[in-house]
Amino acid sequence: MMPVLIFLPAAVAAVLLLARVPDRAALLAWLGTSLATVGISVGLWAAYLAGARKGADGFAFEVKVPWIPGVGSSFHVGVDGLSLPLLALTAVVFTACAVYSLRQGQRPRSYAALFLALQTTSLGLFAALDLIVFFVFFDLSIVGMYFIIAGWGHGPGRRRSALLFFLYTFVGSLALLLGFIGLYVASDPHTFDIVALAAHPPLTGPGPAGPLVLAAIALGLAIKTPTVPFHTWLPPAHTDAPAAGSAVLAGILLKMGTFGFVRIAMPLLPEQWRAYAWVFIGVGVASVLYGALVALAQHNFKRLVAFTSVNHMGYILLALGAAGLLGDDKAREVAVSGAMVQMVSHGLITAALFLLAGVLLDRGGSYDMNRYGGLAAVAPRFAAVTAVAAFASLGLPGFSGFIAEFQILAGSLGPATPAAAVAALGIVLTAALMLWALHRLFLGAPRSQLATTVTDLRPRELWAIVPLLAGSVLIGLYPQSLLDVITPAAHTLITMVGR
Amino acid sequence: MTGVLWALVLVPAAAGGALLAAAFGPARFAARVERAAATSGVAVAAGVLALAVAAAVNGPRVAVPFLAGEPLALAVDGLSAVVVVTVAAVALLVLTFSASSVRSGRARFTGLMLVFVAAVLVTATATTLLGLLMAWEAMGATSYALIAFGWREARAVASGTTAFVVTRAGDVGLYLAAGAALAVAGAAAPGLSLAGLAALPAPWLHIAAAGILAAAFGKAAQLPFSFWLSRAMDGPSPVSALLHSAAMVAMGGYLLLRAHPLLVAAGWAAPAAAWGGAVTALVLGAVALAQTDLKQLLAASTSAQLGFVVLAAGIAGPGAVGAGLAQLVGHAATKALLFLAAGAWLTALGTKAIPALRGAGRTYPWVGVPFTVGALALAGIPPLALWATKDSVLAAAREQSLGLYVVGSAAAVLAAGYSGKALALIWRRRPAHPAGADTGAVTGYDTEEQGTRVVPWLSRIPLIPLAIGAGVLGVLVLPAASRALGLDPPAVPDVGELAVSAVLALAVTAAALCWPSRLPAPGCAASWLHLERAADAGIVRPTLCLARVLARADDALEVGVFGMGRAARRAAAAAAAVDRVGVTGAVRAVAAGVRRAGDAARLSQTGQLHHYYAQAVVGLAVAVLIVWLAV
Repeated sequence: MMPVLIFLPAAVAAVLLLARVPDRAALLAWLGTSLATVGISVGLWAAYLAGARKGADGFAFEVKVPWIPGVGSSFHVGVDGLSLPLLALTAVVFTACAVYSLRQGQRPRSYAALFLALQTTSLGLFAALDLIVFFVFFDLSIVGMYFIIAGWGHGPGRRRSALLFFLYTFVGSLALLLGFIGLYVASDPHTFDIVALAAHPPLTGPGPAGPLVLAAIALGLAIKTPTVPFHTWLPPAHTDAPAAGSAVLAGILLKMGTFGFVRIAMPLLPEQWRAYAWVFIGVGVASVLYGALVALAQHNFKRLVAFTSVNHMGYILLALGAAGLLGDDKAREVAVSGAMVQMVSHGLITAALFLLAGVLLDRGGSYDMNRYGGLAAVAPRFAAVTAVAAFASLGLPGFSGFIAEFQILAGSLGPATPAAAVAALGIVLTAALMLWALHRLFLGAPRSQLATTVTDLRPRELWAIVPLLAGSVLIGLYPQSLLDVITPAAHTLITMVGR
Repeated sequence: MTGVLWALVLVPAAAGGALLAAAFGPARFAARVERAAATSGVAVAAGVLALAVAAAVNGPRVAVPFLAGEPLALAVDGLSAVVVVTVAAVALLVLTFSASSVRSGRARFTGLMLVFVAAVLVTATATTLLGLLMAWEAMGATSYALIAFGWREARAVASGTTAFVVTRAGDVGLYLAAGAALAVAGAAAPGLSLAGLAALPAPWLHIAAAGILAAAFGKAAQLPFSFWLSRAMDGPSPVSALLHSAAMVAMGGYLLLRAHPLLVAAGWAAPAAAWGGAVTALVLGAVALAQTDLKQLLAASTSAQLGFVVLAAGIAGPGAVGAGLAQLVGHAATKALLFLAAGAWLTALGTKAIPALRGAGRTYPWVGVPFTVGALALAGIPPLALWATKDSVLAAAREQSLGLYVVGSAAAVLAAGYSGKALALIWRRRPAHPAGADTGAVTGYDTEEQGTRVVPWLSRIPLIPLAIGAGVLGVLVLPAASRALGLDPPAVPDVGELAVSAVLALAVTAAALCWPSRLPAPGCAASWLHLERAADAGIVRPTLCLARVLARADDALEVGVFGMGRAARRAAAAAAAVDRVGVTGAVRAVAAGVRRAGDAARLSQTGQLHHYYAQAVVGLAVAVLIVWLAV
C-alpha cells in the first residue's frame, strides 16, 4: 500500500508531463489523484487503528527493498503514530490546493505535475525509515518548491526569493547529510536504517562526536522548520509564492523539519538530546516570542501569517526540548503529543490562512492591510471564514490549535517551568496580532477605494478552505480522533529519549 | 439524568452555531433566518432555563475522555445549580429584551449570545481545569464578537480587542495552573480536577493559586484589569446586561468561590483575593461616583460589586462562600435590570449621558420604576437584595479582619452615593423646552444614535421579573434558603450591623438624591484611574515598539542574507580576477623569470678558458671566505 500512496502522485505527474493532456483534464487529474491519496490515507488510518500489519518494531505497512546495499541503505518506509497524521495531513492539504487551483490559468499542466511531484516527496519523507531515503525526499522537496516559487510566483523578486529559499534550505540539507554520515560511521554494523539505528543508538558515551552530529542534524532541521535565527528564507519565499505554493510550503514542508526532530534527532541521539535539551527549549521560546512580535509589526498580511508560523513552530521546539528534561513522564508525554498535534493543526490552519491571503491578492492586488478595511460589508463570507481561521490560529478552544498549545504549555511547565511560563505570553501576542489584522482588513470603515471592490469568496475557494477549518474544529472538539494515534507514539518517543 | 446536563450545554451551543452558520449562508435562506432569529433565540433560551432548573434539581454529573487521559467533566452541585439557573434566567430575559432592541444582524447577535450562554454554562459546571479553560476562553472570544457587534465602528472593534486581549492575559494563568496540576508525578497526582488543586504539593500549589487568581481577576474586571470593562461599554446594552452582570464578569468571582479551598490551602492567596476584592470595591466605587455616563457608572459599579464576591472568596472562615454566592446572584439580577433600563433609554432617547437622561424616569415610568428598584438595591437599601447579601459578606469578613470590614463598609457607602446620583437625575423634572425643540442640540438626546422615543412592551416586560429578583433575592442569606438549596449557609450579620448599614445607606442615598451635583468626582476617578492609559504606555506601546524594532532588525537580517549572496558573487568575481591576473600572471611571471634566469646562466658559458679560470678563482675565494667565517 505504501509505495502506491507515495508514488501515485509522481506517476500521474509523469503522465501529465509526457502526454499532451489538455489543461482542464490535467487539473482534474491532479484533484482526482489528491482525493485518491486522501482515500488511501483514510484506509491506512482505519487499518492502523485496527492494528493491521503492525510489525514487531512498531511500524505498520512496512516496505523494505534493497537499494544501495553497499552502504547499508534500503528503500525502507513504514507508518507509525508520528507519521500517520502527517501523511493524512499531506493528502488533505494537497487536495485543498488542487481545489483552490482548479481555475489555474498559467501553465496549468506543469503546475499540476509539480504539485503532484511535491506530494510524492512529502509523503515519501514522512514514511521514510532510512536516512538516505529521508534525505533524498528532503532535497527533492526543495527542488520542487523552488520551481513553484520561481515559475508561478508573483512580484518582481520571485526568482531572487526562490533562489534564497533554495540555497538556504539546501545548505541546511548538506548539514543534515553530514549528520547522517556521522550516524552511519558511528553505527556498528554501518547502516542508514532508522529503525536499526533507533534500536541501538550509536554515539553513546562521552566524546565530541555525538554533540557534533546532533548539531549538524539540528542545524539542517532548524533551517527547514524554521526557527529563529534561521528563518530568513521564509518571509520572502511566502510573499512571492503562489497561494497554493505557500499553503504547501507552510502546511507541509515546514513539518519536514519538526518531523525530523521526532523521527531522527530524538530517538537516534537520545543522550545528546537530553544533554542539550535546554538549547532547543531556548530556541523554541525565542521563536515563539520573536515570531509573534515581528508578526505584530507587519502590514503585509501574508508576511504576518508567515511570521506566525515561526511562532507556532517555536512551541513545537519548546515541547520537544522539554521532553528531554527530567520530569514526570506523563507531563512530557503530554508535551510531545501537543507538539505532534501542533504539526497537524498548523498545517490545516496556516494552509487555510495562506489560501485566504491568495484570495485577498486575487481581489485587491495587494497584501497591504492598511489599504483595505471594512471588507465585511462587501465580502461577509470572506470576513467570516478569515475570522474563524484567525481564531483557530490564535489557539481558541474548539479548534485544533488549542489542543496543541494547551498540551504543549501544560506539559512543558513541569519540566521547564520558566520557559513555558514565558512562552505562554505568546498566546496573548498572537491574540492581539490576529485581532488587529482582522480589524484592519475586514472591520471599521473602508480605508481606500480598493476595499469597496473586493468580491466575496467563490464556491471553489470555499470548498478549498472550509474543509481545512472543519478539520481543525474536528480535532478541537473531538481530540481523540487524532490522539488515539499520537499518544502511544508520544509514549514510545518519551521512552526512547529516556534511554 | 446525564442527558439533561448534556442538553443544557449542547442545545444553546448547537442552536447558536446553526444561527451563525445560517447568517452567512445563501442570501434567501439568510433572510428567512434573520426574521426568525429573535423568536427562536427566546425559544431556545426558554428551553435552556427549563433544562437548567431540571439540572439544578437533579444534580447530574457527566464525563467524557478528552485529552491527556483527562476527562471533560461537568457536574451540577449546590454552587453551580444556583449559578446555572441565574444565568439561564437572565439570558432568557435579555434575549426577550433584544428581540425588540436589536434591529439588524439579529441572526448573528442571537447566535453569538447563545454560544456565549453555552460557554458560561460549561464554565459554571466544569469540574476540571480543561473544560473550565475551554469555556472560559470561548466566553472571551464571543464577548469580543458581541462587544464589536457594530463592527463598522472602529472604536467598538478596538474595545472588543481590548477586552479580549486583557482578559486573555489573565487566562494565561489558567494554562499555568493546568501545567502545575500536570507537573505532579506519581499516583498522588490530582490530574486536572478543580477540586484536587488544593492538594497539590508546594511549588505547584502556589503556581496554581496565582494562575487562578490572575484569570479570575482578569475576567471579573478587578484591579488592575478593570479598564477593559469600561471599553466593553461600547457594545450593545443587552450584551452588557448579560455579559457584565450575570455571566462573564460574574464567572471571575464564581471561579474564586469554586477555588476557595485552593486559595485557603495556598495561604497567601486567600488574603490576596480578599484585599484585592475589597480595594476594587472601594476604588471602583469612587470611579462609579465620578462617571457622567450611565453605562460607565454601571460598569464601574459592576467591578466594585464583584469586589465583594472576590472578597468573600478570600475569607477562610465559614459562611464566606455562601455569602459570596448570594452577593453574586443578587448582583446579577440587579445589574442586568439596570443595564437593560439604560439600554431601553439609549434606544428611545439616543443617549446614555446622565445629565441628558434627566427626567427619563418620568417620561418612561415603565422603565423608571424598575430602574429605581434596581438602583435602591444597589445602594444597599433594606430590604432589597444587595443590602442583605453584602452585609453577609461583610459579616464574614469581620470575623477575619477588621480592616477588610472597614474597607468593605466604605465601599458600601460609595455604592449608596452613586446609586443615589443616578436616581436623582432620572427623576428630576426636565427644564421646559419650547415646543418642537426635541432636537439633540437642545435636549442632549440622539448623541449616540437616533432615538426612537418609544420603549416597546417587549423591552418593558423583562424588567419586571428582574426588579422582583433585585427586591427579594436577599432571602438567599437566610439559613432556611441555603438549607433548601443544599449550600454552605452564608454568614449571618447581627442585627446591629444590619441596622447600621441600613441607616448609612439610607442617609447617603438621601444626600445623593438631594445634592447629586455636589458629589465628589475627582478627575482620575472619572477616567478610571488612567488605567487604560497606563496599560497603553506601560505595556502596549513598549510591546509595539519592540515589535517594530525587531521587525526592522529582521528586515536588516534579510538584506544581510541577500547581501551574502551578492557578496558570494562578488567574491567569485574577485577570485576570477585574482585567477586571471594573479595566478595566471604569477605562473607566467615564474616562467619568464626562469627563462631569464636560464638566459643569465647561459652568459657564463662563453667557451673561453680564461673566463672559466677566473670563475673558478672567484668560486674558490668565496668558499675560503665562508670556511674562514665559519671557523
